Amino acid sequence: MSEIRVAGGQGFYGDTPSAVDALLAEGVDYLCLEALAELTLAILQKDRQKDETRGFTRDLPAYLARALPFVVDGRTKVITNAGGINPTAAAHAAVETARALGISGIKIATVVGDDVLGRLDDLHTQHGQAFTHNDTGAAFSELPGPALFASAYLGARPIADALAQGADIVITGRVADASLFLAPLAYEHAWAWDDWDRLAAGILVGHLLECSGQSLGGNYSGDWWALPHPWDLPYPIATVDADGTAVISKPAGAGGRVSTDTLRHQLLYEVHDPRRYLSPDVVADFTSAHFEDLPDDRVRITDVKGTPATDTYKLLLATHAGWASEARVAFSWPDAYEKAKATAAILVKRVEMAGHDVDEWLVEYWGVDALGGPTAHAGADPACEPPECVLRVAWRCADQRTAALVGRELVPLTLSAPPAGMTGAGGRGGGPTELLSIWPTLIDKKLVDAEVRVVLEEVS
Amino acid sequence: MKLQLREICGYRAGDKGDIANVAIFADDDETYALIVREVTADRVKELFGTMVKGRVDRYEAPNVRALNFVMQGALGGGGPRSLRADSLGKTLGGALVRLHIDAPDALASRRRARPDVRWADEILDAS
Repeated sequence: MSEIRVAGGQGFYGDTPSAVDALLAEGVDYLCLEALAELTLAILQKDRQKDETRGFTRDLPAYLARALPFVVDGRTKVITNAGGINPTAAAHAAVETARALGISGIKIATVVGDDVLGRLDDLHTQHGQAFTHNDTGAAFSELPGPALFASAYLGARPIADALAQGADIVITGRVADASLFLAPLAYEHAWAWDDWDRLAAGILVGHLLECSGQSLGGNYSGDWWALPHPWDLPYPIATVDADGTAVISKPAGAGGRVSTDTLRHQLLYEVHDPRRYLSPDVVADFTSAHFEDLPDDRVRITDVKGTPATDTYKLLLATHAGWASEARVAFSWPDAYEKAKATAAILVKRVEMAGHDVDEWLVEYWGVDALGGPTAHAGADPACEPPECVLRVAWRCADQRTAALVGRELVPLTLSAPPAGMTGAGGRGGGPTELLSIWPTLIDKKLVDAEVRVVLEEVS
Repeated sequence: MKLQLREICGYRAGDKGDIANVAIFADDDETYALIVREVTADRVKELFGTMVKGRVDRYEAPNVRALNFVMQGALGGGGPRSLRADSLGKTLGGALVRLHIDAPDALASRRRARPDVRWADEILDAS
């Protein structure tokens, strides 16, 4: 094929499935659904702990229900990492969704092998995997507790293999976000896996599309107020030639904007060194890309350069890190900030008196510096008094019960705290939440790839 | 002349573990040269103070007139572990463009427009 059209139909677990309708109507060869963030894996781990048949993003059936009529007609294929930490269960849900719609004759592929939890110790002790913390340099022996999940960030190749086997829908676990988009481009254009510049072009396209609306005006710091129809932001499409030239566009409709400015915001999102964007498939140089604004909300991207991929995959581990809860109290002028601070101190003291052990307190003053921290005071007039202040106190305890008891110490302050407090008190609904520490590290690709499989099932 | 970065730069923040990155974007070559000169990693580290526990590294992306600041230990332990309301550091872009820098007077005319949300009033008044 001379041109391949790929679309970014989902940017996170919780995104809106309705956004894919416009992409499907526009006509795309591949609808890619990116469902996983570091935080998502943590959420899915908690799901799987409660029920072993879970651990994938549960909005997958809602997406597939919209896409399947197009898939069964051969108009589009779907690629998603919605499998999370349980891709086999996700594939089962996909098959059930197709059957419920009376759809048959399609092939669903599952990519497994990214989950190395079961052989983590063996990989460390027998296969020389140091599993040093990427950011802190801490040794694996300092991992704070048993790993709850261990997911390697796979690349595009197993997805391309699944497509070569005739898959109409490919469901994976932890495949790197941008690789979901590179896979169909590399497969359709028959790019070699050492054609670094083209692979880099595909990864850059994937990076621009992986966060759905965020490349077309979502979270945009330019003239965000002037974007048309911001309540109906479209999601992005890339039309990619065999030489790697890409044109980013949006489906027909009123909302959103495609410009070099909206795209460059996404280009550096969650990026460290832009000259060396590490993907499993290639090291892409994002500073090599040339952006050209075209008429009608289109941007052409050319000249992307890449260098050989590294020998390792990123591996993400997580461990239990205690229980957290929080409470919020609103205070009015005058002296709103001082009242808030005093109330936080009174709570800390009362909890101490009650004998509850708190491992960490965090006190925030919303409306003062909760978000900006020290930066909020840069150049500010110290005499300026906030008209209102919301106190947010969060705490971490070793066990769930203590985390809940701490919050109860706030209730008596309704009548026993600085004046006019306890207005609009609230916090996390549903009691304490479990915290997870994550441990990013590296793993030898060969040791992972040896266990990566594509499982193909035809829906009959 | 003193300028605040918000007047001449766009911004976006992202997270990876306990690391936050904030990219800032200039609109033209003169502004880009100015921020390359003025907005050093040290100044950003100083601005964030106790909020950023570790190192701040700066990377340049001249093709899109951007600087990218990578801040270690910036998210209270990382998204799933952090007690912060903004555990993913989404607002740190806005925090960075609070910085004041020295700028040539000629750049005064390049100031970005401030928001106009009269359309929001219309929707809310009609609701």
